[in-house]
Amino acid sequence: MHVKPISQHFNDFVIERERARCINCEVCVRQCSYEAHFWDEARQFVVHDSARCVGCHRCAAMCPTSCLTIRKKPSDFRDNSLWTSTYIKHIFKQADTGGVLLSGMGNPQPKPIYWDNMLLDASQVTNPSIDPLREPMELRTFLGAKPDAVDFIHTPEGLRLKQPLPPQLQLEYPIMFAAMSFGAINFNLHVAMARAATQLGICYNTGEGGLHPDLYQYGANTIVQVASGRFGVHKDYLNAGAAVEIKVGQGAKPGIGGHLPGEKIDEEVSRTRMVPQGSDAISPAPHHDIYSIEDLLQLIYAIKESTRYRVPVAVKIAAVHNAPAIASGIVRAGADIVVIDGFRGGTGAAPTMIRDNVGIPIELALASVDNRLRDEGIRNHASLVVAGGVRCSADVVKAIALGADAVYIGTAALVAVGCTLCGRCYTGKCPWGIATNAAQLKKRQNPDVAAQRMANLVRAWGHEIQEMLGGMGLNSIESLRGNRDKLRGVGLNDVELGVLGIKHAGL
Amino acid sequence: MQAPRDFWHFEKDISGCGVFGVIDRARRLIPGSEPIAAMCTMHDRGNGLGGGFAAYGIYPDRADWYAFHLMCDDRDALERAEGVIKQFHDIRHSEPIPTRKVASVKNPPVVWRYFVTPKANRPAWATGDEADYMVGTVMHINTRVPGVFVFSSGKDMGAFKGVGFPEDIADFFRLDEYHAHMWTGHNRFPTNTPGWWGGAHPFTLLDWAIVHNGEISSYGINKRYLCQHGYECTLMTDTEVVAYLIDLLIRKHGLTKREASWVFAPPFWDEVDRMPEAEREAFKALRMVYGSALLNGPFAILVTDSNGMMGLNDRVKLRPLVVAEKGDRVFMSSEESSIREVSRDLDRVWAPKAGQPVIIDYLPQGGAA
Repeated sequence: MHVKPISQHFNDFVIERERARCINCEVCVRQCSYEAHFWDEARQFVVHDSARCVGCHRCAAMCPTSCLTIRKKPSDFRDNSLWTSTYIKHIFKQADTGGVLLSGMGNPQPKPIYWDNMLLDASQVTNPSIDPLREPMELRTFLGAKPDAVDFIHTPEGLRLKQPLPPQLQLEYPIMFAAMSFGAINFNLHVAMARAATQLGICYNTGEGGLHPDLYQYGANTIVQVASGRFGVHKDYLNAGAAVEIKVGQGAKPGIGGHLPGEKIDEEVSRTRMVPQGSDAISPAPHHDIYSIEDLLQLIYAIKESTRYRVPVAVKIAAVHNAPAIASGIVRAGADIVVIDGFRGGTGAAPTMIRDNVGIPIELALASVDNRLRDEGIRNHASLVVAGGVRCSADVVKAIALGADAVYIGTAALVAVGCTLCGRCYTGKCPWGIATNAAQLKKRQNPDVAAQRMANLVRAWGHEIQEMLGGMGLNSIESLRGNRDKLRGVGLNDVELGVLGIKHAGL
Repeated sequence: MQAPRDFWHFEKDISGCGVFGVIDRARRLIPGSEPIAAMCTMHDRGNGLGGGFAAYGIYPDRADWYAFHLMCDDRDALERAEGVIKQFHDIRHSEPIPTRKVASVKNPPVVWRYFVTPKANRPAWATGDEADYMVGTVMHINTRVPGVFVFSSGKDMGAFKGVGFPEDIADFFRLDEYHAHMWTGHNRFPTNTPGWWGGAHPFTLLDWAIVHNGEISSYGINKRYLCQHGYECTLMTDTEVVAYLIDLLIRKHGLTKREASWVFAPPFWDEVDRMPEAEREAFKALRMVYGSALLNGPFAILVTDSNGMMGLNDRVKLRPLVVAEKGDRVFMSSEESSIREVSRDLDRVWAPKAGQPVIIDYLPQGGAA
């Protein structure tokens, strides 16, 4: 009879240790929060249990002699196109526990990635490409509702606006750090995001976990989020940021609420979220005061009232089948920014089946929402921000060419500070010190170093975006926004090309 | 590879579109031979796949009527277009545009002009003003009537264009017989779109006429932006967007030419950041609201209407533009040589800075130099 559940015999990774190089320093023992490495008292050397390995690679990265290699476990089940090992293992686990399968990070399924099937244009001969090292290249972006036309007064001193524009969020790069709540990731990384955003002249998003008092000083670069749980939402919080975002949905788990396990709720999180320490913080699937677009309108205006119409209000939804109509409703309900989060969006914890099977690719949602807002003549009335699986600067450029004003990066920002997408964020044992509030783990993230790495990433992408813009003969980002002539599809069918609104390569 | 013998005798093949404009601010008439001669000088800037002229003040006896210039594939297409025009307008006069056979102009379309006024009892749905109604007719014919394009629709002005070198097109349309107080000319070197009659410059709408040297890299978004406002781009040439954007920004949104030029070629953010606060807010607003109308890429454009002429370069000046003055006359051209060809003795010659418009208005009627 098995003494261990079946599932534990079918681990995903094997740890290989070069014995000749291992100096038994026990770094791996201390680094692995899953206790895959341990000291064998009897034999007096470090040993490991591969069954516990989650593939985070922390031990391999920290090993002073590079004696560790983490591989996928080579043994596999008999080939079967339908019953792949993933589904067999899912069933083993559920038969063990009777519970819902949980996953962290974004959808890893091999669904189409449209970014990879779109290619960018470049100037040759007739319009010169521009060298961003020598010429100005402007990435500044403003998010917020704009009127269709502006009225000026002509004074002897020059041009004057007849009336000011609605509030805008000024970004020096068309990139922001996505909503990742304090609790889901720890305070050190919130400090890092806030500092990086401030350095870069962009914004980070608090997520639904409230705003720690120490971070109010970064308010000009902060988007404060209001989610269904209303954690940490109060008047000062709403007025602390440069914009308020109402989270209706999230790409990783559309139609699902949030759940921060009590283990992650320490004293600081408890105080910031305004929930008892150690108790689970559950955001309901819907906002219990929003059951219609009219209700959403009321919340938007309640927030505008309480912030004295000083900051733009964003509404974030998951990319779902009917996203264009929903986005149109959101704009007409008074939102200044519409955020759409695709099915590749990251998460701290989501039911695996939801994460992998609900929602649609952000590329398609973005293209159809942008079209719909233009068809209805209301594209100027709100900015469009997309999130969910933006991996590199080319993805950003493609998103903007499809019609986005800016993008959110979440997973990419975490990868910048070490995340290896092991997908166990929900355990609270993140060995990289990211998705954890455990004291001994979170100190692995130094806020200054993390801020620098995040800022470096955005700056690097900024340079690349400038190069790509210059290559297309453009010197300002707004000439790329919605400029689908700059994109061509490769290997896409007519329906996909039609939804994306782009031509196939060669045409 | 060795250089060819006597390689210093070989000259670079000068290419790229050429633009020329001349305005007499006192509305004295300028014979067609002048812009034709100027364009001839810039022969090498084109490749025979497009030439055209716009002339203002050419129909003084019919100055109150809109002059529709039509190019049609055949007589049937003309009849279809005439049916549409009759439905929405009173035709005051109609005639073929006088042409002469020119060996180098192959397969010209049927060209016709109608002098019309909008029907007094316009349909109830036509709630816009008269100009909107005229734009609606032009868009309707260009997009819905096969084989026909309205290539000019202003009052007391006309555009003449086609496939050929400008001098051939001028010959074809007998432009040497016209006199106007403002002319623009264009020599085309089409690169990314076909050389076809509708694609030649000038591009016009109402009394706006645009000639352009360059390529609008932001065409994709300019086109989509215009679509939102009811302008459909059908002529397969990027310059078309300039004509429609001008109509949208100036006629419909009430911007001045100078403000429109700031939309097309805005100051860089670092300049805006140094402005006094009130002005900075105005410039920021202009950029934020009209970002999709920014013309990115290399361009030198001449924009004309019944008030005068504006010359504008892109904001990093990737195309040439020279301006010169002689008395009441102001010339704008891709090359100084073309100006010197028609006016050797000039009071002032200068090259405008990148993104800085040169706006020349007519003197008030009866005004002095």
